[in-house]
Amino acid sequence: MNAVLSALNLRKSYGDQVVVDDVSIMLNKGECYGLLGPNGAGKTTTLRLMLGLIEPDGGELSLLGHAVPRHAREARLRVGVVPQVDNLDPDFTVAENLLVYGRYFGMKDSEIRARIPALLEFANLTHKRDVKIPTLSGGMKRRLTLARALVNDPDIIFLDEPTTGLDPQARHLIWQRLHELIVQGKTLLLTTHFMDEAERLCHRLAILDQGRMVAEDSPRKLIAQHIEAQVVEVFGERAEAWVSEHAARYSERFEVSGETAFCYVNDAQPLLKHLQAQNELRYLHRPANLEDVFLKLTGREMRDQ
Amino acid sequence: MSSHHFSPPRLSFRFFPIWRRHLLVWRKVAATSIIGHIADPMIYLLGLGYGLGSFLPEMGGTSYMVFLAAGTVCYSTMNSASFEALYSGFSRMHEQRTWEAIMNTPVTLDDIVFAEMLWAASKSLLSGVTVLAVIWLLGLSHSPLSLWLIPLALLVGLCFAALGLIMTALAPSYDFFMYYFTLVITPMMLLSGVFFPVTQLPPLWQNVASVLPLTHAVDIARPLMMGVVPPGTLLHVAVLLGYMLCGFYVSLVLFRRRLSK
Repeated sequence: MNAVLSALNLRKSYGDQVVVDDVSIMLNKGECYGLLGPNGAGKTTTLRLMLGLIEPDGGELSLLGHAVPRHAREARLRVGVVPQVDNLDPDFTVAENLLVYGRYFGMKDSEIRARIPALLEFANLTHKRDVKIPTLSGGMKRRLTLARALVNDPDIIFLDEPTTGLDPQARHLIWQRLHELIVQGKTLLLTTHFMDEAERLCHRLAILDQGRMVAEDSPRKLIAQHIEAQVVEVFGERAEAWVSEHAARYSERFEVSGETAFCYVNDAQPLLKHLQAQNELRYLHRPANLEDVFLKLTGREMRDQ
Repeated sequence: MSSHHFSPPRLSFRFFPIWRRHLLVWRKVAATSIIGHIADPMIYLLGLGYGLGSFLPEMGGTSYMVFLAAGTVCYSTMNSASFEALYSGFSRMHEQRTWEAIMNTPVTLDDIVFAEMLWAASKSLLSGVTVLAVIWLLGLSHSPLSLWLIPLALLVGLCFAALGLIMTALAPSYDFFMYYFTLVITPMMLLSGVFFPVTQLPPLWQNVASVLPLTHAVDIARPLMMGVVPPGTLLHVAVLLGYMLCGFYVSLVLFRRRLSK
């Protein structure tokens, strides 16, 4: 069997609240798999269950051939983790962080020291080797956290929102590095709520909502399966009036969010021709993307209220 | 709380890299740390010993200074273990999320808590040895038996580290620790025979003192300092070990509950 990770009917509740509800996931070697979901969808809890950090209420878990949580310790020997919140050691330098972390895996100091230059290069931090953590930028800290996750040369890497809070340059650099890892044949499991991140990196992804998996496939297939091919966004002062009169006639499906109407169509030509004649309306025509699927499946209302 | 929180501790040698981590952090601040270890107990020992001691020709069959020296070793080891387990432990668990980082490796929470206890006790050992060195330098003890205070400092450290970790596991914030110090540690210092013999207390308070771990530590330390083999050593050691084992287990259960959320 080629599954690096398999989760079957995973369940976890806290009190009355079901956080992970019957989730099954199978990861193949060399795959990058994304968990998408609004805040509170159960993404982080799912990761923590898979790492054996919390006990599931039900279901079966196997990570790198080890039953989890019973043999999570053995499994974690070959796992790297990039947590959502940075937890680097602020008292140590960049290189010391890697050294101390490698020791937790039972690695010899000589073994870790031999790996440090390559890890620093991977993280673009060679020049920061002896600098203390509080002086690093957010992007540097993330890159170091990623390098730290690789200290034991893991087979699978868990990344919990790896680019949240980063500026576009820093985010692109992380993406580039994650892509290199995928090319090297590492298996990646990442959570995110950036659709472009998921679309760019993931071979397959699952959309979680309120602890349940509502869809799972490759980004392209999810778009093809769940949504019309084209989107026309209509906005402007008269948009509201226009929607009530015309939207249903020209689109397969439409949604109104604020002052914008999202019209989902398979053939956009009739709608576009109509809109060209409407002077007071502005519009944007684009192919449907993962965000459209996500919003269709999980709804537009806020989730963290 | 679910049943697996109560399972017996599962320890491994993987606690050692954590202990080394704490040591590496400490080495960066070693100089100030040692001054801190020595300053507080010395102020009490010299201040009370010479000041108060000049009015007291003798206490417990010896000079007040020697009487106080044994107590000082015990309470300074208690303090350093407590501070480390509470403030520094809480910082590593809560503020810096160091524990979270470690738990993503093959190290488990049980190893982490064990390492915390051992590390806090290591600082106690250091504190105890430093105070003892000053006591020897001042010529307050000449007996080779006083060397036994070194392992005793470690045991007292383990005991109070374990008890302190219970507080750390329960603490919502640093402010919580004030209660422990004002309601537990300070009264214990006054009741356990550090500054005056327990026999000076009213009978009720003598009974209270007899169950406090620090009393048992002082009961071992004082005769040793005076070159006498302490009576009932086995019982005193058993009490300290008992507090340590219970404290470690209770704190572990509480940490498991806290960190499984």
